[in-house]
Amino acid sequence: MSKRAPILELKSLTKSFGTLNAVDGIDLDIAEGEFFTIVGPSGSGKTTLIRMLAGMEQATSGDIILSGKRINDLPANKRPTCMVFQSLALFPHRTVGENIEFPLKIKGIDPEARKKRALALLDQLRLPQNYYDKSVLRCSGGERQRVALARALAFDPKILFFDEPLSAIDYKLRKTLEKELKDIHRETGKTFVYITHSLEEAMVMSDRIGVMRSGQLVQVGTPNEIYSAPKDKFVSEFMGDVNVIPVTMNGSRTITADTFDKTFAVASVPDAFTKGHLVIRPEFVRFVATSKDADNVLEGKLYNEYALGSRIQYQVRIGENVFIVEKLRQHSSDLKRDQTVLIGWDAKDSILVTG
Amino acid sequence: MAALHDSGRGMSQGARNALPMILFLGVGFAAPLLAVIAYSFMPERSFGLIHPPTLANYVEVFTGNSYISFFWSLLFAAMTVCILAVICYPIAYGLSRVFGRWAPILTLLFTIPLFVSENVRLYGWILFFIKNGVLLGTLKSWFGIELDSWLFTRGIVLLGMVYVYLPFMLFPMTLGVSMVPNETREAARDLGASRWQIFREVELPLSMPGIMIGLLLTFVLAVGAIAEAKVLGGQTIIPITHDIEIAFTYAQNWPLGAALAVLLMLVVGTLVLLVLKRFDLDAILGKR
Repeated sequence: MSKRAPILELKSLTKSFGTLNAVDGIDLDIAEGEFFTIVGPSGSGKTTLIRMLAGMEQATSGDIILSGKRINDLPANKRPTCMVFQSLALFPHRTVGENIEFPLKIKGIDPEARKKRALALLDQLRLPQNYYDKSVLRCSGGERQRVALARALAFDPKILFFDEPLSAIDYKLRKTLEKELKDIHRETGKTFVYITHSLEEAMVMSDRIGVMRSGQLVQVGTPNEIYSAPKDKFVSEFMGDVNVIPVTMNGSRTITADTFDKTFAVASVPDAFTKGHLVIRPEFVRFVATSKDADNVLEGKLYNEYALGSRIQYQVRIGENVFIVEKLRQHSSDLKRDQTVLIGWDAKDSILVTG
Repeated sequence: MAALHDSGRGMSQGARNALPMILFLGVGFAAPLLAVIAYSFMPERSFGLIHPPTLANYVEVFTGNSYISFFWSLLFAAMTVCILAVICYPIAYGLSRVFGRWAPILTLLFTIPLFVSENVRLYGWILFFIKNGVLLGTLKSWFGIELDSWLFTRGIVLLGMVYVYLPFMLFPMTLGVSMVPNETREAARDLGASRWQIFREVELPLSMPGIMIGLLLTFVLAVGAIAEAKVLGGQTIIPITHDIEIAFTYAQNWPLGAALAVLLMLVVGTLVLLVLKRFDLDAILGKR
């Protein structure tokens, strides 16, 4: 993405609860108009981070700089940012229209202009105009999402924060809303900072992703960088099912597996690599006929197969080690359980990670 | 299931299941009420319900000076409710902010005094306020200040009522305030609302069900108050409940007492209905 001036800069931002650093010295620049997603498992400190950014938690140390101004001590109601909560936090005693108009009412904008803006937002969020007078309690989950987003947009924030708003929504609707959110990001041109525990969700929407663990950003990059060049085992496993083999590099610069007897061909070795993991995505592993059909070939037994919609996943066991092979459904192999199979992948499709 | 439907003699299963409760309420609640209403139409000082009905008791109530007692009862109940609202909201708010989910349970501690008879507690106040008692005695012996006792004044009656009915306001109010999801407060703040705007736009309307229940409960109870005026007030005010008691006991005029009771029920019932009409609890609770 193009180099733009950062709208939000974090400088060794830290939040401590007693001796625990929930957020531990985060440095990050977020560009104006960017869709930035912070991904991490529960307890990684991502919610604490976004609450600090929105002004609901006080930073222990470090700086939050918005458009060149330090805003650490600015309370939430004075910050030109807005958050969409996990619970959405809609006002249950108010109609859809009143919810959307809330920030405008607070700003003292007259009712007519408020209503005009609310109706325009309903339109933008693909909600029917007659929802204006509907109670939010009578809206479905997806509709509430849209109302919450409309309310946040009505505030006209410089940055919109999202704290896992889609986590309680069923899979199919979530997929639709993810795409819609990305469309709305495009239409409004606003900066979105999104928090989720699902790297898959992050991949769909984001310009850039920051993977968080134990209060620190492990890796920041575009979805493609995170997917194809994970920095360590943690990031690679976060992407879903992946084959990870603990390996060691011995004196003759060959990579050997720690748990079984095998030497692997790899495309490149990171600097100063001695010990780490070999990561191979399941879609790069294929069934082969002979040991010459791929750079790396292993012999194992087919344990089971799982249909994953458009893909089929095979579990192959080599001794105690479990490997996953994925194929598109139309290319599925006719294999029987406990059949001996050869699986293989090419050197260019595996990644060596330290840690 | 077919057998169940056939044996009902036209009665639905729900109605049959409700039958014991209907009987219980009929005998324990509706029957005495109907008896009181019936008595209010009987001739003066009669003790049976077989006389031809008459409006004489109501005529006597409206031509007599019972309206003064009505006035005192309603005024003191209204004042009690107002004072309690002002006292209890901050307490309820503080409790729910400090103790969160546990606040309503903690509020139950405020109901512990209810285990002691109201009269005993009011006599406790007498010991506190009586000349040479806890308050005035201490002031006199420690500071040499001698004051007249405040006992048997209207102010003390009000204090007694506020004291007695506090738990009935505090408990529903704390429940109401605890029902406000904290994230709605945060969201309002995030959207630019000041503390006062959060209170007016979010906290007050969302805790309204609890507040309304507290207001109604204490008002209805306070209109029926009698012991405070008797014990602490020393008859400086005569509440309507006192008139009713006199009619049923010393005066041996059940029909007059019944007429007063019916009128009191009508007045309170109308007020409650008006309030409930204005504040639809279901709507506030978001049930429609």
